[in-house]
Amino acid sequence: MTEASAQEKIRRIAEIYFTMAQEKPEMIEYFLRVYLSSREVFSSGCEGMICVSGFITEIMVFFDDAVGSGELRDQDFFSAFGLFMGYLGGMVFLKGEGVLPKEIEYYIDDISRNIYNALKA
Amino acid sequence: MKKGVEKRKRADKPKLLWLQSITCNGNTHSFLNHPDLFSILSRFELVHHPILDTTYTIEDLIAYRIPCDVLIVEGAYIQTGMAKGGVEVSSLIAHYGTSAKYIITAGTCATFGGIFKQKDPDRISGLAFDGEETTERYEDFRDKLVSLLGCPIHPKWLGYVLMMIADGREMPLDAMHRPQELYGITVHTGCSRNEYFEWKVDAKGFGVKEGCLFYELGCQGPYTHGSCNRILWNDISSKTVAGTPCFGCTEPDFPKTTLFESETRMGIPARMPLGVPRRAYLTATGVAKSFKIKRLEERVIDYDR
Repeated sequence: MTEASAQEKIRRIAEIYFTMAQEKPEMIEYFLRVYLSSREVFSSGCEGMICVSGFITEIMVFFDDAVGSGELRDQDFFSAFGLFMGYLGGMVFLKGEGVLPKEIEYYIDDISRNIYNALKA
Repeated sequence: MKKGVEKRKRADKPKLLWLQSITCNGNTHSFLNHPDLFSILSRFELVHHPILDTTYTIEDLIAYRIPCDVLIVEGAYIQTGMAKGGVEVSSLIAHYGTSAKYIITAGTCATFGGIFKQKDPDRISGLAFDGEETTERYEDFRDKLVSLLGCPIHPKWLGYVLMMIADGREMPLDAMHRPQELYGITVHTGCSRNEYFEWKVDAKGFGVKEGCLFYELGCQGPYTHGSCNRILWNDISSKTVAGTPCFGCTEPDFPKTTLFESETRMGIPARMPLGVPRRAYLTATGVAKSFKIKRLEERVIDYDR
């Protein structure tokens, strides 16, 4: 089995993220409206990003591979991570607010291409 | 009578020959710092040494007149172009190495090529290894070969090997003929900064007591074989304890070009600690990084208080 390219992986991540937002909007709602606005409740046992460390680890592995293969540009992890996840999270937030004129999956191609273009070597 | 006893004792001792090839003398000088140097050497008959007074002269050496049980080779190997008294060192190694029961390659140059290999990588190598690859001489010497790595070697590492030989004790070696007692662990083992490594707290500069040098400042300790932090230098310290990164001087790929900064890919170390899967490392460090340990963010000694 051949390894997917970084461009393909970015598209898959965007697709999975948006599908989850579509099918399980309560998870996104919880994250945006409860977790982020009530950080003090979670200060013990869920510091930093420990609750999503599995996801972060996989993104790190992805970035590491993609820089190693020359597909993505080497830079600070959070510069890339912020662009990637901030973009996806922002779109899901707009969807939750009812601002998007189209269904969220409509944006997968453009957004994954924009992310790839921003991160590519 | 007394002289006769001494002569007999000397005859019983293994005959130790120290031969230099392309070298900076670093391993010779390092070994001279061993606090028990003469006690160790008293277990051998030192037949030839480049600096110490010995039984035989260099004329005897190049005339192949010296008996040899233990051959120490210091310095990188070259087939032609490094001669003593008109005799190629490679010929001396071939001759004395054949009669020796043990050959110790002392230092990374003698073992893998090291610093001097950089001058002419195609012609200069270690005696039995060229980097990680074996040389054509390996098969001739493999049964008697002991690899001692370091730039230079720690004097006590050589002391350990010589005493094991003198006592006739078995010395477990790995695939590269490194004594496992000395190189079975990494330089990271015993480092005084391990608590900072565990909680992923970076050092803010060289020479400070706080922080780990692995993440940004080039430390190769977690993937370098060696016991620098268990058998301390001058019995008191090591590079990493003093706040200088480990340069990986015991490894086949020494020297690397960037010694004071860590190679990263999007902030992730390009090389993982020895034997640690990348996903396991990233998971563990990701969790550790999520917590702020206040004590580890503070100076050990607050000079301004």
